[in-house]
Amino acid sequence: MAKITVEALHKSFGDFVAVKSSSFTIEDGEFFCLLGPSGCGKTTTLRMIAGLELPTSGRIFLGEQDVTFKRAALRDIAFVFQFFALYPHLSVRQNIAFPLKSQGMPRSEIRERVGEVARILRISHLLDKRASSLSSGDRQRVALGRAIVRRPKAFLMDEPLGALDAEMRHVMTGELRALHDRLAATSIYVTHDQLEAMSMADKIAVMNRGIVEQLGSPREVYDRPSSLFVADFIGSPPMNFLSLGEGIAEGADKIRLANGHVDAPRILEGGVREGDLVLGIRPEHLQFVDEGALRGVVFGVEYLGSAQIVTLTTPHGVVRARAPADRRISVGERLGLELRTDRLSLFEKSTGRALALARNGGAAHG
Amino acid sequence: MSATTAHSIVEASPRAKTVAGAIVILYALITILPLLWICATAFKSQSDAISYPPKLLFTPTLEGFVDLFTVQTRQPPDFIAKLPPAKSWYEKLARERGMVIAGPSPVVGRFVNSLIVGFGSTILATLLGTLAAYGFSRFRVPLADDLLFFILSTRMMPPIAVAVPIYLMYRWLNLYDTQIGLILLYSAVNVSLAVWLLKGFIDEIPREYEEAALVDGYTRLQAFRKVVLPQAATGIAATAIFCLIFSWNEYAFALLLTSANAQTMPPFIPFIIGEGGQNWPAVAAATTLFLTPIVFVTILLRKHLLRGITFGAVRR
Repeated sequence: MAKITVEALHKSFGDFVAVKSSSFTIEDGEFFCLLGPSGCGKTTTLRMIAGLELPTSGRIFLGEQDVTFKRAALRDIAFVFQFFALYPHLSVRQNIAFPLKSQGMPRSEIRERVGEVARILRISHLLDKRASSLSSGDRQRVALGRAIVRRPKAFLMDEPLGALDAEMRHVMTGELRALHDRLAATSIYVTHDQLEAMSMADKIAVMNRGIVEQLGSPREVYDRPSSLFVADFIGSPPMNFLSLGEGIAEGADKIRLANGHVDAPRILEGGVREGDLVLGIRPEHLQFVDEGALRGVVFGVEYLGSAQIVTLTTPHGVVRARAPADRRISVGERLGLELRTDRLSLFEKSTGRALALARNGGAAHG
Repeated sequence: MSATTAHSIVEASPRAKTVAGAIVILYALITILPLLWICATAFKSQSDAISYPPKLLFTPTLEGFVDLFTVQTRQPPDFIAKLPPAKSWYEKLARERGMVIAGPSPVVGRFVNSLIVGFGSTILATLLGTLAAYGFSRFRVPLADDLLFFILSTRMMPPIAVAVPIYLMYRWLNLYDTQIGLILLYSAVNVSLAVWLLKGFIDEIPREYEEAALVDGYTRLQAFRKVVLPQAATGIAATAIFCLIFSWNEYAFALLLTSANAQTMPPFIPFIIGEGGQNWPAVAAATTLFLTPIVFVTILLRKHLLRGITFGAVRR
């Protein structure tokens, strides 16, 4: 087990820059998620940590050791691939034993270790089957087995649940986290699925266009997004953005919205010039109140069972609100909305950065 | 007949199956008939072989094979009568026809040459082809497309067009009439086929397999051997058989570049015809012998060959 440190990591393929000087540290035993849309550089970052790709510049440390240019085989890291990469010509047992064989471990010990791993993952009954004959959920378990059997310094996982169906994915999410807690191993998990990241990670790095936009716990990333991108990417439905046709000065604590003013957390640093201010508010932080400052006409209602998502058109654009499921709302209805102002975020539209607000307890991350 | 196509979603009717089966059997018979005819001729006597109408039923004899494997001279009956009694069945067989065996014929040497050159060049071409195809498939080779086109371009003119320069070159390099000379030449012709065929096969093998092995503590070469090779076995077998068929059957260069020492079977067989009348059973015996290894290898690898042809058509 080891801490992983990435310093100013940079990777370009010809003219295309895949990863732009990213830096972060993963503590020993932490479950770390690299989250971002496809093509954001998260997989490239992971492959560089694994040693499957060489960085253009920057350094990677495994524990105290600089492994930037060390061969993958010598890094003592396990990698779980999206499409499992189980060797189809080998049995499940041989697949799991494969990493141990490279170390020249005696046969009896290999047998013992494979048996133990199979018990943990509940695949003992599959050991003598061909890898190619398994269902995708079982293949995933075998792939995990091949990773944990070696007791490596760290586990790297590249969208390991991407090839599973929704139900299986949900089951495996729980199992993966349980496995992580049991082994207490440093894990890096790449995904574009925010739900997976939110439910499993100790810490999330949100990546976009080769840059780490925000680094923090799931709660921090959700509650205090450091940029418009993060706010938009995380949360389903995403955060509402209201363009306010005005600017704001440092120290201000009121925002003009529709025809009135709402109280806002005090702005700690940096004003925003006119027309460049965006207010972000999550759907669950909007409440239907008849005398609410923001008024809108109901445009659509999605009933989810546990709640309903109401889409409204307001003077500041389309807004979605999460309402209790028992309230009857019909299309065309005119409703008032109240913002939970302690939970709102403010952004500068041109740069995408979030303004540091008083309730943030200091500067925003990023 | 639409019910018998591969894309049919309904089960073919018994009648359609019977008709399809009959067509296949008929085609197989037409194809195999010349081969059976040659095999039969190999076991006929000289007079049976040229009788008209052709004999379907005949007394099998090994005369053809004896003629093939020995050099004989015709002697008058009183000379044969004075000789000590024949020591072996084949000597007896020859004397019954007024012939005396003078010694073994060069056929065994020719056959061994064919085996060495055929399998040698196949192994060399497949080995080089696999390594080159792996390199092209997995690494960023500078000018990869141009190099691949260059490799392909070696097949764009008939090889025999360069026969004269190659002949002169071989004389100068002392490769004329050597087994290694033919092996090199056939490998050079086959390697382009091997690279292109195998690149297709290796491209189909997901990189993740090797990457998994690399992360799991194996070197690139070990990953290649333990992961890529077993996966590519089908393609390699299919490629090898194509190479073998070419080098086994090649006639023109073998005729031009070999004589007493390294001659292979294809240029040798026609020689049998010319000596003392047209000895068709001996020619047929030589042809039967010549066909055996390739039939054997094809049967041995037929599973791979079939899978090789349909490779990529099915989901992994």
